[in-house]
Amino acid sequence: MGITARDLFLIAPELALTVGATVVVLSGLVSRQRQLTLVLALLGLAVTFAFAIALWDNVHANGAQSAFNDSLIVDKFALYIKFLVAGTAALVLIASSEYAERFRPYGSEFTGLVLFSAAGLMLLAAAADLITIYVSLELATLPVVALAAFVRTRIAPIEAGVKYLLLSAVSSAFLLYGFAFLYGASGTMQVVGGSSGAPTIAQALGEGSPDVPFGGLAIMAGAILATAGFGFKLSMVPFQMWTPDVYEGAPTPVGAFLATASKAAAFAVVLRLFYEALGGSSADWSTLFAALAAITMTIGNLVAIVQSNVKRLLGYSAIAHAGYLLIGVAAVTAHGQETQDAAGISSVLFYLAGYAAMTLAAFFAVIVLTQRSGDERIEAMAGMGKRAPLAALALAVALLGLTGIPPTVGFMGKLFLFNAAVNSGLVWLAVVGAVNSVVSAYYYVGIIRTMYLREPAGDASPVAAAFSGRLTLWITVAAILVLGFWPGGLLEVARTAASGLVS
Amino acid sequence: MAFDNLFSEIVFWALAVVTIGSAALVVHLRSIFRAALMLVVSFLGIAGIFAMVNAEFLAVVQVLVYGGGIAVLVIFAVMMTRDVDTGNRSTAVQPVALVMGVALLAALAYSIVQAEWALLPDSLPAPIATVFVETPTQLGRLLLSDYVLAFEVAGVLLLAAVIGALSLVRERRDA
Repeated sequence: MGITARDLFLIAPELALTVGATVVVLSGLVSRQRQLTLVLALLGLAVTFAFAIALWDNVHANGAQSAFNDSLIVDKFALYIKFLVAGTAALVLIASSEYAERFRPYGSEFTGLVLFSAAGLMLLAAAADLITIYVSLELATLPVVALAAFVRTRIAPIEAGVKYLLLSAVSSAFLLYGFAFLYGASGTMQVVGGSSGAPTIAQALGEGSPDVPFGGLAIMAGAILATAGFGFKLSMVPFQMWTPDVYEGAPTPVGAFLATASKAAAFAVVLRLFYEALGGSSADWSTLFAALAAITMTIGNLVAIVQSNVKRLLGYSAIAHAGYLLIGVAAVTAHGQETQDAAGISSVLFYLAGYAAMTLAAFFAVIVLTQRSGDERIEAMAGMGKRAPLAALALAVALLGLTGIPPTVGFMGKLFLFNAAVNSGLVWLAVVGAVNSVVSAYYYVGIIRTMYLREPAGDASPVAAAFSGRLTLWITVAAILVLGFWPGGLLEVARTAASGLVS
Repeated sequence: MAFDNLFSEIVFWALAVVTIGSAALVVHLRSIFRAALMLVVSFLGIAGIFAMVNAEFLAVVQVLVYGGGIAVLVIFAVMMTRDVDTGNRSTAVQPVALVMGVALLAALAYSIVQAEWALLPDSLPAPIATVFVETPTQLGRLLLSDYVLAFEVAGVLLLAAVIGALSLVRERRDA
């Protein structure tokens, strides 16, 4: 079976992005103008977006479709994540155009690597078998290793790159070992069924033994090892150790990309794998993820309190938010596969978008605030309310959103997540989440207080922001507030996307 | 594990002892250079086990990539690093790691032995050795038909890796 034109249409977003990445890298041979690099990258992302919209219409009309002999599944769930990844990548690239000045003359390689990673993340959301999942995961991860270590004048970025490389290698080993167990127990790689009619893992496993969790020892081992492997990407406790170090050491735009796009695709593949392949044993992994969610958000929030570096604090905040998102994963199937209650999936999808807007706003504000001094301590933010009004305001809105205060998208997102938990009988988890949100207010509001109520220690001159920086701050802040006031539209889209996974 | 004859049985156990023994030495030897050499022996032992279960292609790749490429890489890295003879230092987490490691090993070993695997049916239409002839040909066909997407994505992955590596070893004009 060769590649047909239909296959190419179904993979067009990723294809466009890969071509875009290659063109961007090659353009570096001709011109080292960073504006040219940015325009080419945004052009590639625009074509990607257009193809994804065309595919959404197509899927809306004809239902989910598989391509490349069932290696790839194009459904609304995958497309939702693709929109999110492409949008995030575009914002990160615009925001980093000023920052990329310090990579000169290697800005085109930097941009190209971001696009390659984004292509991997998009494929990951649509991967329909274990092999494709693994290869796309590596395509998403490996460029980030280089990106994390891109600034070579200091030791911290290199440390960040090495840490990320080693820990992703270890997590890949866990993941592959887990996949080997799943394949050995089921005899198939297929997570989602397709046109060829080959049996999927869920079909091959059947009912399984009722005495053993997950219906069999091999499945249990496979599921737990795969959870550990994905746990690294999700910054889930106890695999979260790398997160603060990498976020602190890596260039700020790379931290933003890792915290948002990377996390969204990782959650997508976890939802797809567990829901589609292991849905039969949902009660067991619901308990597993509920426990992990509670531990992850508690540890993330408690350790965040004592941080003194803004980027490090955002790293712990990312861990805490991985915990909140895991609530949705746990809530997905506490009812079991039969009732098809998609509240968990759609609330995760909604929160992923809202979380992306809030975290991007926070990171972009940090880029502007630290652009000149390079001082990332929270104390250095003193007086920023006057010195950089827009960036300080954006950071304040983002942090209030991350706390979960209305009328931001963070409040609505947490509401949906906790609601999903309560509806699936996990009331205790919703309570833990609510208590954690209160704890997180302490350190989030602490930064806001420092920015507005404390006088700057030394330099009190205004901090200017470039046009690209201001633009991305306005966009993300608008997204936080608009989605907070009118969450209905996005929630409806998230529900449609989630139903693609349930059916 | 059941093999057709005593000879296969003996070869398997010999390979198993060599593979696991050399892997244990990798952890224990104080000289990191010798540890790297032991790692190569362990890789070759695994290649032998692949060859025994009719996975000739994997066996050759294992020798070429792990026994060859990766081994050279590891030894180069060891030789270019200073203070190589210190070995693994003891740390406070070592006892904890030992307990966790043994527990994980026991859990996995128990699962592997007890689990119901999706094995091939006992009554195969033909002897297994005749089904798995010419695995390289079959693998090649599969890689360019059923698994062409993974194959192509791996190509893009290598491109991204080369670009990433080149931009990391660039001239330090920024220093």
